[in-house]
Amino acid sequence: MDEIRESLLKQSKASRKDQFGRAISFSALALIVIVVISIFYFVASKGLATFFSDGVNLWGFLTGSEWAPSQVGDNGKPLVGAAPMIIGSFLVTLLAALIATPFAIGTAVFMTEISPKRGAKILGPVTELLVGIPSVVYGFIGLSVIVPFMRAVFGGSGFGILSGAMVLFVMILPTVTSMTVDTLRAVPRHYRESALALGATRWQMIYKVILRGATPGILTASVFGMARAFGEALAVQMVIGNAALMPHNLTSPASTLTSVLTQGIGNTVMGSLENNALWSLALILLLMSLVFNLAIRAIAKKGAM
Amino acid sequence: MTEKILTTENVRLYYGDNEALHGINLDYDQYGITALIGPSGSGKSTYLRALNRMHDLQDNVTVNGNFMFKGRDIYAPDTDTVALRKEIGMVFQQPNPFPFSIYDNVAFGLRISGEKNKSVLDEKVETSLKQAAVWDEVKDDLHKSALSLSGGQQQRVSIARALATAPEILLLDEPTAALDPVSSHKVENTLMALRDQYTMIIVTHSMSQASRLSDRTAFFMSGDLIEVDSTKQMFLNPTEQKTQDYISGRFG
Repeated sequence: MDEIRESLLKQSKASRKDQFGRAISFSALALIVIVVISIFYFVASKGLATFFSDGVNLWGFLTGSEWAPSQVGDNGKPLVGAAPMIIGSFLVTLLAALIATPFAIGTAVFMTEISPKRGAKILGPVTELLVGIPSVVYGFIGLSVIVPFMRAVFGGSGFGILSGAMVLFVMILPTVTSMTVDTLRAVPRHYRESALALGATRWQMIYKVILRGATPGILTASVFGMARAFGEALAVQMVIGNAALMPHNLTSPASTLTSVLTQGIGNTVMGSLENNALWSLALILLLMSLVFNLAIRAIAKKGAM
Repeated sequence: MTEKILTTENVRLYYGDNEALHGINLDYDQYGITALIGPSGSGKSTYLRALNRMHDLQDNVTVNGNFMFKGRDIYAPDTDTVALRKEIGMVFQQPNPFPFSIYDNVAFGLRISGEKNKSVLDEKVETSLKQAAVWDEVKDDLHKSALSLSGGQQQRVSIARALATAPEILLLDEPTAALDPVSSHKVENTLMALRDQYTMIIVTHSMSQASRLSDRTAFFMSGDLIEVDSTKQMFLNPTEQKTQDYISGRFG
């Protein structure tokens, strides 16, 4: 009797394994959460210092158009207007997504509807390959091809928002394309069949049923591309011209949050206003990527079929 | 004898090298319901989908045989499949409205044919939904997403969508298989009411549905057409032993 009781009360090997596995995955999760929270805390504490310890006005920071943290303006306050970079970042991002999305939809439609076999065999691997190209290579190609092209066509130096947007367009195209392909593949087969059974042509089926059904997914893909474009630093920095000036047209040198960060962060003293101001820019970047994330979730929730 | 609206002769269909239909001969009078019954894998759905060339979507399917729809060869190389499918409509097993509003679903077939006139669309949407016996349930919410309806309502909206293009023939591939008995009953009533205006060919696994609904029944087994006769004759006094066995449920 006692023997049975004992064996029943003893933990089985399987349940010990189970607990072990749970402990491992839980500690992995905890580590990631801690890292994320620490990053947020670090960036926020540094970034907010600009406003709390250096006394910079938040509104002035967001809307001011002069960026020279080491200098003082006429009113005796440091010149930390981040508007040119914020606008620069948004412009390159939106332009890149605006150009990339139609191309991505076209490519994805070709790969899934028009020529699925060749799509899977050739275009699929090619898009995946494009994802793997390092951004410095994109930047270098942009520097040696796009910038001279812009110079020839629009005059000026060739550096500017348009060049940045073109480089980013190529960079985010594979991401947006492969996500759009997934979305189109996920459109149920019966939508295709019933559209055709109603006498739709193939184009009508694609245009009026598949793309319409896949709109939330395509939007998600596009926002995902934007998130990537917004955070890309190196390639943009190489072609945008890096002048912290309010962009007055698309082909004049400008800068983005990321390009100012990569250039400046190594050249400032930790704890100084110049350094803190850069951290504030990083905080904006972080918050924006949060916004992109939330947008993706919201779209996915709304579009759930 | 009335003119046959659709005749199929010696239909052979191959999935790759596999012959799935072994020479089916069947023809259809105008109007009325023909039920195709038989065990799963007997080829009845496969046959049905050959009638409006849905197999064109898959590349490893070969269809042979003579299909004549109102004297025109369905599989002639110059057949306009888009026009053909407007005349031979299809309703599928799963209720499958598009993720649009009810109105847009029913109007879809008309809009792709270039109908833009709002009053014509309104009218056709209303008549189709009435024909499909779902109008009273949805008339106040035509701009609600069709996906928010119940399964039975969705299926009747799908039927309305197929009716809106005014097809001559309606192919129904197990239209009530995914529905509960109450909804099935409503869909059956819908089909009954349409039997004088449409030629309908319905694939069904339900013996009782076939006997209630159809004027004529065809029994398929393993890619062969075993027997076809008036439904009454088939259920009361079938000629073939296999039919007898299947109908009385003695098949393993």
